[in-house]
Amino acid sequence: MSLPGGQRNRLKGCDISIEGVSKFFGNFHALDAATIKIHKGEFFSLLGPSGCGKTTLLRIIAGFEMPDAGIVTFDGKNIIGIEANKRQSNTVFQNYALFPHLSVYENVAFPLRIRKVPGAEIDRKVMEYLHLVQLDAHVQKKPNQLSGGQKQRVAIARALINEPSVLLLDEPLSALDAKLRSNLLVELDAIHDQIGITFIYVTHDQSEALSVSDRIAVMNQGKVLQIGTPFEIYESPATEFVAKFIGETNLFDSRVVECIKHDEDEFMVTLDVPELGKQIKVTDYDETQNGQQVSFTVRPEKIRITLEEPHTNGKELNVFRGIVEEPVYSGFQSKFYVRLENGTVLKVFKQHQNYLEDGPEISWKDTVYVSWSANDGYIVEVINQ
Amino acid sequence: MSRQRTLAGRNYGPIYSYPMGIWFSLFFILPIAIIVTYSFMKKGLHGGVEWEPTINAYRQMFTSSYGKLFLRTIFVTFTATILSIVIALPCGYAMARSRHQTILLFLVIIPFWTNSLIRINAWIAILGNEGFINETLKRFGMITEGLPLLYTQRAVILVLVYMYLPYAILPIFTAMDKFDFSLLEAARDLGATKPQSMFKVLLPNVRSGIVTAIIFTFIPIFGAYTVPLLVGGKDSYMIGNVIVDQVTKIRNWPLASAFSMVITVVSTVGVLWMMGTSAREAARMKSAGVKQESGV
Repeated sequence: MSLPGGQRNRLKGCDISIEGVSKFFGNFHALDAATIKIHKGEFFSLLGPSGCGKTTLLRIIAGFEMPDAGIVTFDGKNIIGIEANKRQSNTVFQNYALFPHLSVYENVAFPLRIRKVPGAEIDRKVMEYLHLVQLDAHVQKKPNQLSGGQKQRVAIARALINEPSVLLLDEPLSALDAKLRSNLLVELDAIHDQIGITFIYVTHDQSEALSVSDRIAVMNQGKVLQIGTPFEIYESPATEFVAKFIGETNLFDSRVVECIKHDEDEFMVTLDVPELGKQIKVTDYDETQNGQQVSFTVRPEKIRITLEEPHTNGKELNVFRGIVEEPVYSGFQSKFYVRLENGTVLKVFKQHQNYLEDGPEISWKDTVYVSWSANDGYIVEVINQ
Repeated sequence: MSRQRTLAGRNYGPIYSYPMGIWFSLFFILPIAIIVTYSFMKKGLHGGVEWEPTINAYRQMFTSSYGKLFLRTIFVTFTATILSIVIALPCGYAMARSRHQTILLFLVIIPFWTNSLIRINAWIAILGNEGFINETLKRFGMITEGLPLLYTQRAVILVLVYMYLPYAILPIFTAMDKFDFSLLEAARDLGATKPQSMFKVLLPNVRSGIVTAIIFTFIPIFGAYTVPLLVGGKDSYMIGNVIVDQVTKIRNWPLASAFSMVITVVSTVGVLWMMGTSAREAARMKSAGVKQESGV
């Protein structure tokens, strides 16, 4: 793929600031004082379940909805009140929104024809952008002669040809099948790298968001719960909802028993977890008060599952014994549902390796030891502060 | 065997379409054949025809008074059709986007439940010298004498638009209802103003509905005779009125048949031309596309 219009430039887009944006639909609070700062050239995702307000926020940025409160700025300039056709943003719609009466060529040329760009210039640019999305061979087809993936490529080319500062993508891949989705996602990432403008990507699919985003805002019920890099969102979820929504996890209500400064900037916390039936150790960067109610989470892939009791090797290791209830083999990994001695079921993922390192096979009704180090657990949300 | 067979070993499917053919022959082709034949016959003294072939009827048509009448009919029909479409487009748009679609659809259809003559007479009550409009204006002291609203060509056009508007609204509404309105947002997003998004995206996509609406209004208005008869003046006669007069008063059946042929031919040519434009448009776009492709 060649870059239309020159070399790679990461700083071509604009800074976007969403400040206290609220929106009501009747009594429904679609957006509740959302505040997000998006940097120039960033691939930023709005992630959340349907009805969380992410699409409403995108539509406010695009100019299709007016917020009831708050402002949105592009490079410091308030854009609320500017009509959609005058904004520096272009949108890729979930349902493609291609014009059915126009050919692929004319769909992509549409924004240029509106701006009355000379014909030769239109021809050069349209072919350039159709080449970018690898649709050179389908120039004269009508949208209804294209596959879903091809339609979305046309929509992407059409949205980019005006050289916007921001590309808004509203669940652009959700209508495609899984294989195509991951291919197109990689292409989108490559296009972002080449064009270098700000991308705002709305999705409910956490794996899509994790794999392509520079940063993610996780939303639920109109509120922005956490903004961070994919690593931060996954490893240090700010709330119980974020922990449960991103990936899979084991989550328990618990109470702080003891909090000791253990390192330069690390505390060793002892938690009482009623569901696990005993106390566990977990490290934390913040000091917590004894007796405080918190949530404790440990990701299934961070739990070791072994047939023999593990050696602690001087590390703070939480060890439980249990019985494999439900092994789910899925090729590169296996999921185990392990019922602990007190009846609680723990989700454990085991990554399969080569023959030598994989260890003995664990199967149904085996008695196993599940263990995780204090560093692998995480204290999520402080309840009842 | 690949051919589908019934239990008896024969396919009876086509038989079910016979009534359609009989219906068309009896009530469409046969009457037209009779009219064509009559138009080429000599007129009978008290109506009817004498079986003597002649083109007198057509020769009679080419007089200046009939020419004026023909042009007037064309003018009234075009004006009323264009007005109907212009009014029906925003109506259809509003209905397609409304949450109260059923109620609005109902309101469009309700007038059909009343006899058309009664509805025309209602307009006489509204437009007449002592009608609703003039009386209201007089009450507010804006005029002292009634305005000549009724028995004018404008009254004919107004009532024709009123009568045939539902026929324009329904096909346009149907086309608009199938239209994906998010395309308008896409157009706006890509830089189009509101009017541009309407003309460049909405109208081309509801084109078939507009063509149907034009056909549904143009044809009946072209042959209208009750409306010009009841609300029009002496200068509002249309071809339909001439036909009625020739049949019932002057008893020149061949001439009436010849005028009927004019209506049929003009309507048919009009419909074929309308349908042809769509096809030509498609062909033009295709050939333009081929040119572009070879240029690339």
